Amino acid sequence: MAREVGRRRDLALGAMLAVVYLFLYAPILVLVGLSFNASGLPTAWGGFSTRWYHELLASSDILAALRTSATIALVVTAVSTTLGTLLALGLERTVRSTVLDTLVFLPAVVPDIVLAIGLLSSFTLLRITLGFQTVVMAHVVFDMVFVAAIVRARLGYFDRSIEEAAQDLGASRLATFLRVTIPVLSPGIVAGALIAFTLSFDEFIIAFFTAGPRVVTFPIRIYSMIRFGVTPVVNAIATAILALSMSLVLLALRLTRREVRRAVEG
Amino acid sequence: MRRWIRSAALATTVVLALAACGGGGDAGGDAGTGGVPLEDQTLTISNWDAYTPEGLIEAFEEETGVDVTLALHTTNEDLVGKIQAAQGGGFDLVFISGNYLQTLIDQGWAAEIDHDLIPNLANLHPEANELGYDPGNRYSVPYTWGTTGVCYRSDLVEDEPTSWTIFHDPPADLVGKMTMLGTNPWLLEPALRSLGFSLNTTDPAEIEAATRWTIEAKENLKGFDDTTFYSELVAGNTWLAQAWDGWCNYGIAEDPNIRFVVPEEGSDLWTDTMVILASSENKEAAHAFIDFVLRPENGKAVAELVYYKVPNRAAMEQLDPKLLEQFPNLGIPPSELLTYESLRDPGEAISLWTDAAAKIKSA
Amino acid sequence: MRGHRGRAAEGRWLSGAVFLGPGLTAWALLFAFPVGLILLYSFFTRGPFGGVEYRFTLRNFERALDPLFVRVLWGSLLIAAGTTVIALLICYPAAYFIATRPARWRLPLLVLVVLPFWTNLLIRTYAWIVLLNREGLVNRVLIGTGILDRPLTLLGTRLAIVFGLLYVYLPLMILPLFSAIERLGEAPRQAAADLGASPARAFVRVTLPLTMPGIMAGCIFVFVPTLGNFVVPDLLGAGKAIMVGNLIQSQFFQARDWPFGAALSISVLAVTTLLLLVQARVLTRERRLLARGA
Repeated sequence: MAREVGRRRDLALGAMLAVVYLFLYAPILVLVGLSFNASGLPTAWGGFSTRWYHELLASSDILAALRTSATIALVVTAVSTTLGTLLALGLERTVRSTVLDTLVFLPAVVPDIVLAIGLLSSFTLLRITLGFQTVVMAHVVFDMVFVAAIVRARLGYFDRSIEEAAQDLGASRLATFLRVTIPVLSPGIVAGALIAFTLSFDEFIIAFFTAGPRVVTFPIRIYSMIRFGVTPVVNAIATAILALSMSLVLLALRLTRREVRRAVEG
Repeated sequence: MRRWIRSAALATTVVLALAACGGGGDAGGDAGTGGVPLEDQTLTISNWDAYTPEGLIEAFEEETGVDVTLALHTTNEDLVGKIQAAQGGGFDLVFISGNYLQTLIDQGWAAEIDHDLIPNLANLHPEANELGYDPGNRYSVPYTWGTTGVCYRSDLVEDEPTSWTIFHDPPADLVGKMTMLGTNPWLLEPALRSLGFSLNTTDPAEIEAATRWTIEAKENLKGFDDTTFYSELVAGNTWLAQAWDGWCNYGIAEDPNIRFVVPEEGSDLWTDTMVILASSENKEAAHAFIDFVLRPENGKAVAELVYYKVPNRAAMEQLDPKLLEQFPNLGIPPSELLTYESLRDPGEAISLWTDAAAKIKSA
Repeated sequence: MRGHRGRAAEGRWLSGAVFLGPGLTAWALLFAFPVGLILLYSFFTRGPFGGVEYRFTLRNFERALDPLFVRVLWGSLLIAAGTTVIALLICYPAAYFIATRPARWRLPLLVLVVLPFWTNLLIRTYAWIVLLNREGLVNRVLIGTGILDRPLTLLGTRLAIVFGLLYVYLPLMILPLFSAIERLGEAPRQAAADLGASPARAFVRVTLPLTMPGIMAGCIFVFVPTLGNFVVPDLLGAGKAIMVGNLIQSQFFQARDWPFGAALSISVLAVTTLLLLVQARVLTRERRLLARGA
């Protein structure tokens, strides 16, 4: 009886997840389909064609923009995951105050346009040259807050007795931290890093203001293509990025299989 | 576990190190002022996407040795916002619409153009030297110009639209299939023209009346569309759109059923111009670039590749007649263009316009 | 004894500095300073050509209370709240499902959720336009299968905006929920079942409260950016409905009235700061309850 209820429940929950996937991937599938449509338009199927991919490979500026965004996102992820995790631990375990809690999470709460203009004005005031570094700095400040929030949620039920046990067994505080605390936190850290990368890679308005005239991120490039509505090449871009991310993730999983699986599986 | 953390730390350090030495980049040319030879100057330009004909910049770079960086902006407002926040810096030369020029001039960010450095100014139509937003072209040089009208699918729309009032009182089958431009001043243009008011009005009562007219028209619209309307026309999602003439040509290029017409109440004359920023340290290169663009063959390339009219008489005379056949609005003569109202910056009254837009869009 | 505790307190402040130092420095330089600058601007006047003139005034805040702006702010709050609630209702079961799968399935399932978000937001929103347009796929299918004989107008509606916002911010809801539910594990629910609670009761009285930090994080992550977004209303709303983000953008760019744009931003900031305070309060209370229960 219990198992039946459990299975029915599983079915219902699974159905919900299926709905989520459908919702998330429907437009993606549309894009993938269109990217192989010779006419490029959704109204007519012009036959299977890879011309949009050829056009994409010939667009060096789009590829350059992709490279720029990826590099920025990687650096931002590394820095903000570190800062964010440290922040979460600090807020949860050391200085504890509601006020500090609220203040720290404010960057995630300010409309990005305000932050964007504020940052540009500040950089100009302080005569800091706009470029790669300024975009990274701008992205880090709100990304680290997202990481902190996710890791914090995890810390909420952290059972400190594990740490105490480790210390009773003779481990130093640093060793406990590195070999007990961080690993237990790693699902949260990994989730946070995933979000940090996504947010930075896809971010438009803050990058637009802080990148200066020479640094063109991928969202900036796409946004300026809006002039013509979205050209069919863009469908090819979307499909290519999807394929690339999938393979990157598979590769990452293969390389770090043991560690990451242990982390997520708990 | 330790191995994993260590390799992650190593990776992070490597990435950060790479970023530190590889990432930097100056914001703009810091070649010195006068006395620096042309080939040593650099040029940072901002323009709309695909608004510079292919090969133009490369040809200029080859001929002069100037290193050019092209930045892109999507709207005039974005550009002005960036210049504002950077206190007048960030670029050497910008492409900007004439009705946004005043704010650059008033804040001292637009450099006076040295006409002696641009002999090809002679190629312009004489009318293009007396445009309302900058008489005598002291701070700007016109790049393209044109008007706004109705762009529609002649195979789907029964009667040729002749009036701006079509948005307010459309035939039944057009309801939900029309779009208007969403930014000022074009947002209020159909209303102002239908009501007989000036497009540059700063009278609150007139703006209020136009706002109410537009809110009523909104019921009949599919939406406000500044960017995708031509592909929507081609796809048949939109049957009739308020459109700039050049943009309509992109639609015509894909579907010859699309036509452009200027309503009988008249329209506006917009101009996209080239402006040199006062903060530029490469003014000589900037002037050289403008002169280069004004060459007949380059003006012709602009018209042929971007489908916009250029105020460059020498260029328009060389235009392929077949192009004029395909895109009739390329042939609108300057004399007709000048009967339309040249757009100006509303100055202090801009808040009235922005609030009107907010009222319309939130209604 | 006392010496031991004293050293512990000192150690706490030291580790506080180590943990919080880097983050807080970044926060001060890259957030507090820029935003403070904007806040300052709201007390000044618009320069004659735009920008800021350093003349003190409270007029901007007066103007922000104009019914036009209040109406837009209220509408945005409703849309944001609606999006958040729907996201929560959809994502909680989905996150629960992922968290209760055999261990090796969790990461792939999770990554599948995040993957679409590495394709550019604008492109994905345009794909929705392709789907929802009059000649778009949804209408074609509905008409083709005979369910409808005339196409629906799906774009240019508030519904389309909610849809679009939901689409954009879904992973921000799923990931914190997953993190919280997964950490909980089977134990509390099992214990409740052993004590005779029905699955529903166990969920409401045990699982739900214990995953509250995740729920709060997810809600804030969705509600706040939804409030300030201007791209989705622009594209999917076809400009027929605007949110407060569009207002702020138009003040900075079209009206070039930085002080007023700043004042509008502050009203949004005020709402969201209030929410954060509420969240912090709720979290502290939950934690205290947990500690007492343990």
